[in-house]
Amino acid sequence: MADARTAASRPLSPHLQVFRPILTMMMSIVHRITGGALYVGTLFVVWWLVAAASGPEYFAFVNGIYSSWFGRLVLLGFAWALVHHAIGGIRHFLWDFGYCLDKATATRMAQINIVASLAITAVIAVIGILVA
Amino acid sequence: MVELALPKNSKMTPGKVWPKPVGATSLREYRVYRWDPEDGRNPRIDSYFVDLDDCGPMVLDGLLYIKNKIDPSLTFRRSCREGICGSCAMNIDGMNTLACTKGMDEIAGPVKIYPLPHMDVVKDLVPDLTHFYAQHRSIEPWLHTESPTPQTEWLQSREDREKLDGLYECILCACCSTSCPSYWWNGERYLGPAILLQAYRWLIDSRDEATGERLDYLEDPFRLYRCHTIMNCAQTCPKGLNPAKAIAETKKMLLERQF
Repeated sequence: MADARTAASRPLSPHLQVFRPILTMMMSIVHRITGGALYVGTLFVVWWLVAAASGPEYFAFVNGIYSSWFGRLVLLGFAWALVHHAIGGIRHFLWDFGYCLDKATATRMAQINIVASLAITAVIAVIGILVA
Repeated sequence: MVELALPKNSKMTPGKVWPKPVGATSLREYRVYRWDPEDGRNPRIDSYFVDLDDCGPMVLDGLLYIKNKIDPSLTFRRSCREGICGSCAMNIDGMNTLACTKGMDEIAGPVKIYPLPHMDVVKDLVPDLTHFYAQHRSIEPWLHTESPTPQTEWLQSREDREKLDGLYECILCACCSTSCPSYWWNGERYLGPAILLQAYRWLIDSRDEATGERLDYLEDPFRLYRCHTIMNCAQTCPKGLNPAKAIAETKKMLLERQF
């Protein structure tokens, strides 16, 4: 059974360790991460709404956390994750129809996704500051 | 299963730096993955220096130079040296491609070569493709017909023949499948881009009469639907084909047949 012993000890060739981090793959990973982050962000929204329903004192407490510099930073990250994931969703929607799947267009859409998500998040931040 | 790190026996260690060829003026460094099933050690990365004045321009030429003139134990597959057999598929400069059609001048810095990613290594740059071929067998990659066999060939219109363009060129080198993170994590059950492109090649062949059965086989959360449009397949295909597009069209066929 020399063969079986050799086969069992065969190494696995390197994958993430050596594969070039090309943009479309990185965007796929970021799409997953932002999707996961949205679960947490949604819980923040729920907490805020529950606080509003619980009375003025508790709402002031939660709102105070959200208004702190750290709270605002987290909310800004939540806003970016939402925008980024939504634009990514549009990309996947087009792909599901069979459009924009050639590699040049896919790469270009990934670039647009990054720029657009940052720009829209900046606009949201500015509107937020103006309203506040 | 998603396992980001390599198993203990697969971690790479620094290897030997082989002496430079004497009298050479134009050198190119190759860093090559080595693993010998007989010495019981972990994989290592050896460095070689190729004399460019005594060697052809392609990455494969450099590997052959090493094997012929420096280290005959270096093991890799190669055959046609013109991008049609698919034997010399490997990970070069971070992307999966054919060593015979990749020019050394396309690469900046040392030429880094690993076996096709996330595969069992048989030796050095030779991965075990048994499962890949078994998956190809599973889609029954031949013409299925029920109509009486014609006196001559099974004919096809020009338009129907054109539907096979971008599909028939696939040489089953496995560059795309082994570039796909979904195939890395679920390769046991997910068919992967190469096999799914082949499956689509039979799905849209106007002469084939088993479209329904073929779609039935593919309609599975793992076989087909592990594709998440990561796009590594299209980005890395050395023949410029687009398995992601073939998979998207297959998903559309599955959807459309419900109406």
